Amino acid sequence: MKLVNPANKRKYKILMVGTGLGGGAGAATLGELGYNVECFCYQDSARRAHSIAAQGGINAAKAYPNDGDSIRRLFYDTIKGGDFRAREADVWRLSQVSNNIIDQCVAQGVPFARDYAGYLVNRSFGGAQVSRTFYARGQTGQQLLIGAYQSLSRQVKAGKVKIHNRREMLDLVVVDGHAKGITCRNLITGEIESHWGDAVVLATGGYVNVFYLSTNAMGSSVTANWKAAKKGAFFANPCYTQIHPTCIPVTGDHQSKLTLMSESLRNDGRVWVPKKAGDKRPANEIPEDERDYYLETKYPSFGNLVPRDVASRNAKLQADAGKGVGASGYAVNLDFRDAIKRDGEKAIRERYGNLFQMYEKIVDEDAYKVPMRIYPAPHYCMGGLWVDYELQSNVPGLFVLGEANFSVHGANRLGASALMQGLSDGYFVIPYTIGPYLASTTPGAVTTDHDAFKESKAQVEANIEKLRNIKGNKTPFEFHRELGKIMWDNVGMARSEESLKKALTEIPKLREEFWQNLKCVGNDKEVNQQLENAGRVADFLEFAEVLAFDALNRKESCGGHFRVESQTEEGEALRDDENYAYVAAWEYKGEGKAPELHKEPLKFENIHLAQRSYK
Amino acid sequence: MSEKTMNLTLYVWRQANAKAPGKMERYEAKGISPDMSFLEMLDVTNEQLIKQGIEPIVFDHDCREGICGMCSQVINGVPHGPEELVTVCQLHMRRFNDGDTIFIEPWRSKAFPIEKDLMVDRGAFDRIMQAYGYTSITCGGAPDANDHPIPKWQLDRAMDAAECIGCGACVAACPNASGMLFTAAKVAHLNMLPQGKPEGARRVKAMIAAHDLEGFGNCTNHYECEAACPKGVKTAFISYLNKELIKALPKGAQD
Ligand SMILES: Cc1cc2nc3c(=O)[nH]c(=O)nc-3n(C[C@H](O)[C@H](O)[C@H](O)COP(=O)(O)OP(=O)(O)OC[C@H]3O[C@@H](n4cnc5c(N)ncnc54)[C@H](O)[C@@H]3O)c2cc1C
Ligand code: SF4
Ligand code: FES
Repeated sequence: MKLVNPANKRKYKILMVGTGLGGGAGAATLGELGYNVECFCYQDSARRAHSIAAQGGINAAKAYPNDGDSIRRLFYDTIKGGDFRAREADVWRLSQVSNNIIDQCVAQGVPFARDYAGYLVNRSFGGAQVSRTFYARGQTGQQLLIGAYQSLSRQVKAGKVKIHNRREMLDLVVVDGHAKGITCRNLITGEIESHWGDAVVLATGGYVNVFYLSTNAMGSSVTANWKAAKKGAFFANPCYTQIHPTCIPVTGDHQSKLTLMSESLRNDGRVWVPKKAGDKRPANEIPEDERDYYLETKYPSFGNLVPRDVASRNAKLQADAGKGVGASGYAVNLDFRDAIKRDGEKAIRERYGNLFQMYEKIVDEDAYKVPMRIYPAPHYCMGGLWVDYELQSNVPGLFVLGEANFSVHGANRLGASALMQGLSDGYFVIPYTIGPYLASTTPGAVTTDHDAFKESKAQVEANIEKLRNIKGNKTPFEFHRELGKIMWDNVGMARSEESLKKALTEIPKLREEFWQNLKCVGNDKEVNQQLENAGRVADFLEFAEVLAFDALNRKESCGGHFRVESQTEEGEALRDDENYAYVAAWEYKGEGKAPELHKEPLKFENIHLAQRSYK
Repeated sequence: MSEKTMNLTLYVWRQANAKAPGKMERYEAKGISPDMSFLEMLDVTNEQLIKQGIEPIVFDHDCREGICGMCSQVINGVPHGPEELVTVCQLHMRRFNDGDTIFIEPWRSKAFPIEKDLMVDRGAFDRIMQAYGYTSITCGGAPDANDHPIPKWQLDRAMDAAECIGCGACVAACPNASGMLFTAAKVAHLNMLPQGKPEGARRVKAMIAAHDLEGFGNCTNHYECEAACPKGVKTAFISYLNKELIKALPKGAQD
């Protein structure tokens, strides 16, 4: 691997879009190495990236509990959890650096939970039979992100990193095939700005807001990724979306987002529904022998800790069979009665206090006394921009980190593995893998004087004008909600050829209506949240089609992608390794044209492909 | 889940930009369900305003689950509204009654200029962090995470301080617009841990200096900050900060 001489690093400028775990950690570390970094986020502070919302924890193969964990086992669990649709090499590297991440975070002052003797403690997460998850109360993501943000702040003071907050990237600038900059909108002044860099790194998070309601932040979007895709970056496995099993159920049309209840709750909570369909008695009045602890009976060895895709699909099966609870019938119980009896309320309070508090705030019920009601919700995307082992996309000079890339989770991500991946990418991968690319370029060779920047700016401005001049009747919110319904009903937890084809006729129709009937009020040269939303929805309306297209193409079931035509007799996801053991990387071919599929075959040299079983 | 809905009268601060004068405007919010969060109530109101040809109200928000610290509104004179230990995004309309009048304003303080309507600029907090809100660890050189055992009580106290989400409600609540609770929370989080101790003296001095430079007021023990804080950060950390500062001062000559 080519290295950049320490004295030469300061001649290079890197643009980092995103300040979450991937981007924050990456920008800080690149700054420490001596590069000049400019960082972008749409929030008012780098500290507010949506990584902050992660509750449950972060995995590492420390094996502190002496329960037989190892790098190899973490590697195996991640590949298996991903239903054998990830690259072995990338996952191996992730498992290797997992331990360094914990060391690094502790040194920053991340207050991971400890026992009375002062040593770190672990909990279990879905899809693993060892305890390898480190956590900080119910706010692991916030503590990790603040750790990265602290390091970032240190580099700002050192003059190595400059942060541009309240900026939204609206285009990638490509010069002679290489990524050389971005165009963004200043969300306060409305000005369209050009920024150049010797390389561009995207760490812009996930796209599951394509379902409208999700556990993501209101501002989470596919925009940065999609704009890069339109400039030539391949979009890999867009159909791999994760529906999280433990979220607070929807209450009405006004709902703007769904709140996750950390999966760690499944360590102590037992999932059940009434045995009899349509049993509307309050949970506590249903006697023990009339309760169906369906995960424990169906999957005796993993029980309530089966992977997310399995837990979510089973919840849907119960609701579809009329056994769902709550007013809407789209919910199942998560009951802590037995854990409280066993360990005492104090212990449960200590482990999950803030989650129970959050539940009470939202639902107005005390989960120490009555079971929580939960239901699956869109949560995470395994798909993202295609990258190689170096985390470089097919556009030279464009690197992608964190949830925005597709690399390690295959078709399903295990709990506590996204935080691990974001920090791995940021602290331990990009600082080294960006070197060879930079070493092959002349620093500062292309700046914003280049025509490509002017063209990009003109195009972004024209697009904004277009959105504002439609002057129709429906707000961005309304279009987003409609798109979400199409996606949830047809491209959600269970997908069929029929439903996908339906989605593929409905999405273009809605998109057409959008461009004729959008009502986007306000001016462009000031804060305008309607305009921000309109732009994001416009991108979702294009991207959704590629997602559905990918889902239609993949005629197997794997992980979070469940095709009803491809299931075992017991209703589990049935893979088709002979025909689909590949990464589907889609190339954008222009408006209204079908994207082109590129296949990257997946080879398994260290792991034997097997039907996943959690029985 | 309740069927009945409410109609409310809102008085909302409207201000076109940092330089423009602002004023309270009156709006009706109709058909509000008690299950809505406060921000969802504003979403619904905004959709109604748009249909009436009125510009929607601008407010900061993102995670909508009480952790990003983005949402920031003074409701009926109280930062984050009437419920204890919640942010605006977690406040639910079942807290209000049909026919209520609600006053909604932005954080008000010299150090947080208003950008538009309810949106303010909290860059001052970032700059306090940049002054020394970190440990000087360069990635790659960290010892094993279990090398320094940290007693649970000590860890728990540091964690109590680390819960701060940087929302700024403490500043909005303080009659002096002091940012001391925020600053103290960061100093305490780091200075209480073995990893943060070596730079403790430098940190407390640098962060307090940055705080003062940003135009925040002094702390004169009104305790309004603690009452407004959605994360229950305690003023005891301000006492801790003061002790750390006293310890740090004599050393000043040496470092
Ligand atoms: C509620 C919740 C709980 C979770 N819990 C866990 C858990 O317990 N364990 C676990 O391992 N994982 C968890 N996850 C997943 C994990 O938190 C995320 O996958 C991960 O944090 C993503 O980090 P990131 O750096 O890739 O992106 P993010 O943290 O989302 O950051 C994205 C950044 O990009 C910026 N950005 C985006 N678009 C643009 C644009 N167009 N222009 C400029 N800037 C832009 C944003 O401002 C932000 O700074 C959870 C996720 C959610 C939603
Ligand atoms: S101390 Fe409390 S009120 Fe102040 S910024 Fe932190 S969380 Fe907000
Ligand atoms: S919107 Fe994130 S804390 Fe309220």
